[in-house]
Amino acid sequence: MEVRSQIAMVFHLDKCIGCHTCSIACKNIWTDRKGAEYMWWNNVETKPGTGFPTEWENQEKYGGGWQRTPGGDLQLKSTDKRRVVTNIFHHPHQPSMDDYYEPWTYDYQNLFNAPEGQDQPTAIPISMVTGEYIDIKAGPNWDDDLSGSPVYAENDPNLAGLTEQQRSQLSAIERLVFFYFPRICNHCLNPACVAACPSGALYKRGEDGIVLLDQTRCRGWRSCISACPYKKVYYNWSTGKSEKCILCFPRVETGQAPACFHSCVGRIRYLGVLLYDASRLEEAAKSNPEDLVEAQRSLILDPHDPAVIEAARKSGVDDAVIDAAQRSPVYQFVKVWKLALPPHIEYRTMPMLFYVPPMAPVMAQRNGGRVDGISQDFFHDIDDARVPMQFLANLFGAGHEAPVRYALRKQKAVRWYRRMLTVGDVSQETASRMLREADCSPEEADAIYQLTSLCTVDDRYVIPPAHREEAIAMLEDPMEHKQGAGFGFIARPARGE
Amino acid sequence: MSSTAIDLLVFAVLPYVTLVVFFLGTVGRYWNRPFSYSSYSSQFLENRFHFWAVVPFHYGILTVFAGHLVAFLVPRSILAWNAQPVRLYILEASGLAAGLLTLVGLVGIILRRYSEPKVRIVTSRMDWTVYALLLLQVTTGVLVAIFHPWGSSWFASVASPYLWSLFTFSPDLAFIAGMPWLVKLHIGGAFALFAVFPYSRLVHILVVPNPYLWRRPQVVRWYRPRPAGRGV
Ligand code: HEM
Ligand code: SF4
Repeated sequence: MEVRSQIAMVFHLDKCIGCHTCSIACKNIWTDRKGAEYMWWNNVETKPGTGFPTEWENQEKYGGGWQRTPGGDLQLKSTDKRRVVTNIFHHPHQPSMDDYYEPWTYDYQNLFNAPEGQDQPTAIPISMVTGEYIDIKAGPNWDDDLSGSPVYAENDPNLAGLTEQQRSQLSAIERLVFFYFPRICNHCLNPACVAACPSGALYKRGEDGIVLLDQTRCRGWRSCISACPYKKVYYNWSTGKSEKCILCFPRVETGQAPACFHSCVGRIRYLGVLLYDASRLEEAAKSNPEDLVEAQRSLILDPHDPAVIEAARKSGVDDAVIDAAQRSPVYQFVKVWKLALPPHIEYRTMPMLFYVPPMAPVMAQRNGGRVDGISQDFFHDIDDARVPMQFLANLFGAGHEAPVRYALRKQKAVRWYRRMLTVGDVSQETASRMLREADCSPEEADAIYQLTSLCTVDDRYVIPPAHREEAIAMLEDPMEHKQGAGFGFIARPARGE
Repeated sequence: MSSTAIDLLVFAVLPYVTLVVFFLGTVGRYWNRPFSYSSYSSQFLENRFHFWAVVPFHYGILTVFAGHLVAFLVPRSILAWNAQPVRLYILEASGLAAGLLTLVGLVGIILRRYSEPKVRIVTSRMDWTVYALLLLQVTTGVLVAIFHPWGSSWFASVASPYLWSLFTFSPDLAFIAGMPWLVKLHIGGAFALFAVFPYSRLVHILVVPNPYLWRRPQVVRWYRPRPAGRGV
C-alpha cells in the first residue's frame, strides 16, 4: 500500500441552477488575458448538448484519453510516444479555434461616435484575435438551455445507444428536459495530459495531486491538448504555451476554496482530501469497462483505518492532511454513500471530480401519456424518468447503468424519508422499506440530507493546511527568506520573437 | 572593396562573429527569458493548410540538415559511398528531392502566414526576417544542386575542409576562392541564419524533447522531501 493524498471534488448536479457564476469568477481571476480570452477553465454545459469545445466527448474525433491495447496494457489513444514524435509538427486530432470559438468584444465607441443617421448605431462585434469586425457564428454556450437543440443537442455523443423513443422523449416540446454539467479540470490520478507532454512541463503535485503546467518548461508541442479527453488543457495562441485549471492553488494553499467553488450560487460544490493507494492505480485503470467505477472507488482508502493511517504517515502524509481526509465530504459522497460518480471513467484517466447524478424532475411518458402512481416498485420512475438511464450511464457509468441506478435510488429514498418526516404524507413503513431497498440506513439518510441541504461552508470545503513554510524550510535556509519573502523577479509571460 | 576583401570579411570574420552571437544569444535567452522558448505553433489558429506547409518543410529541412551534418563530420565516408555512380545518383536525387520538399513547404508556410488573418497577427517582424532568410537559403541550396551537381562529392572535398578550417581557427580561404557565387551566397546565408537564430523562433530547435522518450509516463513533483525508496 502506498498512500497518497489528493484534493478531490464533488459536484451535486441536482443543485446546479446553471447560472455560470462559477465560470465568470474563474474568467475574471485567471483567463481575462490576451491569448486566453477563449479559454473557460470552468464552464457549464447543458446536457444533452455538445459542450465546449464542440463534441469534446467524441474521442473518435479528438483522440483523447487512454485505451486498452488487445494485450491489456494502457495506451494513450492518439498521443503515445511514437505518435507524439511523428505528429509533433502537426497533430491530426488537435482542435482548432473553430472548435471553440473566436473571442470577440464590441466596438462600443460606435455607440457614441456614429454619425447622425436614420438608424440606431450598434456596437459591432470585433474579433479579439485580429481586431477586425467579425460576423459571430457561434460562441461558448451557444446551446445553453437547449437553444438550437436540433443543431447541438442532437449531436451529443452520450445519446449513443438510446432508442428513437428515448431520444424523442428528451426533446418533445413542452416535455423536454435537460440538466447542467459544470466542468473543470478533474485533476486525474492517471492524467493523460501529463503522460503525453514531451517536455515534462505538466506534472502532478505529490502532496495534493493538483495537476499543473510549468509555463517555462512548456514548448508548445501541444500533445496535452489532444491527450486530455475532457479538453481541459487550452493552447494560448499568443504566448505559445498551454494552460489549464490550477484549482486556484494559491487559494487552496491558504485555506480558501477555489474561486468557482467559493462563488457557486447553488452550493453544489464540495472539496476535500481523499487518501488513495497509488500502488494499485495502474491495475485499476486497466479494469474492464463495467468494473471501472468500482475499481476506482476501491483505490480510495478509509482514513479512519489504523493501518491506512500508519501507511499514510510512513508515506509522508501530514497528520493535518489525514485529519482533513477523515472529515472529507468527498469521501462521504464517493466512497461511503456511493452517490457521486466519475465522469466518463471509460477514458481511464481516473478523474478526481465526481458528480452526483441529477434526479429527473418529471416522469417519462407511460401508459399513453398517463403516469401511474406508486406501484409495488417504488423506484420504477427512476427507470422511466425523462432523462433516460442510458444517457446518464453513458456519462457517469462507462455505459453501465448499475452505479447510476444505485445513486438515484438512494437519492430518491432519502427524499421520501425526509418527506415522511416533514410533510407526513408518506407512511413510516413505506419510507423504511424504500431506504432498505436503496441500501441506506436512517442515519445515513440523515447525514446525506445534512450534507446536501444544510451544509455550511466548512462542511463543504475541508482544506488541509498546505505547509508550504515547511517545504521552504526543508529545502533551504529559512533565514534566507527573512525580510525578503514575498518579493522576487517574476517575468511577464510575454511572447518571444 | 576587392573580392578577396569581401571573402575575408564574409568567410573568415563573419563566421566567428556569428558563432559568438549564436552561443551567447541562445544561452543568454535561455537564462534570462526561459518563457520565450516555444515552437509558437499556430496550428490552433489554422488547422487545414497547416499540415501541407509545416510538415513537408520540416521533413525536408531535417533531411537536408542531416545530409549537411554527415558531409561535414565524416566527409570521407560520403566520398567512399559515392565511389559507385549509382549510389552517387541516388544520394544526389534524394538530396534534391528533400530540398524541393523544403522549398514547397516553406512557400506554403509563407503563403499561409500572409493570407490567413489570424496567423498573420501572430507573425512578428523577426518571423518575416527568418522566412526571407530561409527562402534565400533553400532557394540557393536547390539552385546549387541543379547548376553545380555532384555536390555530395565536392562538398566533402571543398566545403567540409573549409568548415573544418574554421573550427580549427585557421580559416583557409583557398577553398572559397574558386567557388561559384551561388555557393558563396549559400554559405553566407547560413552564417546570417545562425546570427539571427538566438533572436528568432528558431530557438525551438534547441529544445526538442528528448528525455521524454525514456521517462516514465507520469510526472510528479514533491515540494517536501519524501521518504526514500518510493517511486514517482
Ligand atoms: C526535430 C526538430 C524540429 C522540431 C521537433 C520542430 C518542431 C516545430 C513545431 C512543432 C513548429 C510549430 C508548427 C506549428 O504548429 O505552427 C515548428 C515551426 C517552425 N520550425 Fe521547426 N522543428 C524542428 C526543426 C526545425 C528546423 C531544423 C528548422 C529550420 C531551420 C525549423 C524551422 C521552423 C520554422 C521556420 C517554423 C515556423 C513555421 C510556421 O511559420 O508555421 N524547425 N517547428
Ligand atoms: S455557480 Fe454553481 S450553481 Fe451556478 S452554474 Fe456554476 S456550478 Fe451551477
